[in-house]
Amino acid sequence: MTGVEPMIALSDVSKTFTLHNQGGAVIEVMRNASLSVAKGECVALVGASGAGKSTLMRMVYGNYLAAKGKVVVAGLDVAQAAPREILALRREVMGYVSQFLRVVPRVPTLEVVAEPLLAVGEDREAALARARDLLTRLNIPQTLWSLSPTTFSGGEQQRVNIARGFAHPYPVLLLDEPTASLDAANREVVLTLIEEAKDRGAAIMGIFHDEAARDRVCDRVVDVTGFAPLQAA
Amino acid sequence: MTPLLSVRALTKRYGPHIGCADVSFDLWPGEVMGIVGESGSGKSTLLNCMAGHLVCDSGQVIFDTRADGPTDTLTMSEPARRMLSRTDWAFVHQHARDGLRMGVSAGGNVGERLMAVGARNYGDIRDTAIDWLGRVEISETRIDDRPTTFSGGMQQRLQIARNLVTGPRLVFMDEPTGGLDVSVQARLLDLLRGLVRDMGLSAIIVTHDLAVVRLLADRLMVMKDGHVVEAGLTDQVLDDPQHAYTQLLVSSVLQV
Repeated sequence: MTGVEPMIALSDVSKTFTLHNQGGAVIEVMRNASLSVAKGECVALVGASGAGKSTLMRMVYGNYLAAKGKVVVAGLDVAQAAPREILALRREVMGYVSQFLRVVPRVPTLEVVAEPLLAVGEDREAALARARDLLTRLNIPQTLWSLSPTTFSGGEQQRVNIARGFAHPYPVLLLDEPTASLDAANREVVLTLIEEAKDRGAAIMGIFHDEAARDRVCDRVVDVTGFAPLQAA
Repeated sequence: MTPLLSVRALTKRYGPHIGCADVSFDLWPGEVMGIVGESGSGKSTLLNCMAGHLVCDSGQVIFDTRADGPTDTLTMSEPARRMLSRTDWAFVHQHARDGLRMGVSAGGNVGERLMAVGARNYGDIRDTAIDWLGRVEISETRIDDRPTTFSGGMQQRLQIARNLVTGPRLVFMDEPTGGLDVSVQARLLDLLRGLVRDMGLSAIIVTHDLAVVRLLADRLMVMKDGHVVEAGLTDQVLDDPQHAYTQLLVSSVLQV
């Protein structure tokens, strides 16, 4: 099947924040945002810091509520869906590599990486094998695998996060600066992982400040400045 | 799929005061729901009403029982409800001593719940108890010791073993990591997460610790003055809180 229906489709999405404890101020940060990402396509969100790249990505992932509009991921409107539908979507379909690793303390790195696979019912040995493979590719020394990543360096945590995000072959991937704080060798590994994901048909939306990386893996660029309320008038 | 638990318009008053009012939600199999709010918000009242420890004024607590499907546990016969609380339900108290028999050995604490559901073979009961003590990281050598000789963290883990040994489908937890050292909390969180995933448990966790719900709960309900003011996906409620009270709660925490 070729991707006739886009995997990610935003239409007329608006976002406001109401600050109840600051006089009930309503801040409109985005208006009429529309964009789509097809299977096998990688789309970069660009725009100055504060333009709303992360806000848009968080609305796709479902941790920000859209004020208006539709945010359809693999057929499910995340803006309207019940929590359990979004949880199922995140488990099966949509992966998110954030800039920060958030894990239960004490859990070994290998388990942290294998967890998304275990969550979809993958065989334990197969899940661990996949985790070992990814950690090896991302140059995390084997001596660290049995330790919790909470004490790792920033770059190591970033790579554990990436390994975890790529463990399950999600049809939709959201990447927040996946190559930030990585050395050249590891950056290359991550870009290859992204290319492999595209080849298997994943729809990818990402924020890349690394322009060379963006030029290499992204098919299109969407400037979120166009979704700012002022310019939209 | 049927919700494991459906709560409808649950209300409990203490005289003129509202304990919890008009609370409704569905909990699905395998889901972990957190209930947060400051002390006095009604979260423990709600938990105790659901678990049948408190008599509520009105509402329904419908549980999908193995034998008869969805049944209102508030109108169920007392023996049936007691059986439920020994088999498919578990309740983890904030203070382990409220959920343990302090005069009985660790093994006895675990074995007692098995015997309550009909286990009679001493060897089997002891083997199961040893297995469960291992799962909660209590050494087999402590099986004959009383919980009075255990540290707070060990007591809490023993309480969890005692509760989960009968393979419940729904666990109520009241501040399960409250009063424990941070390192012990981490160990307990790790344990709970693993058990929830491996046993397919559903759980309702009452806590005031937003970091705990961030790591353990899929969904979150925020209570204030006995009312649910906001509910949704845990990270959505914490990252993009909609209600004034939730915004205050989230912004009051050092770091979640």
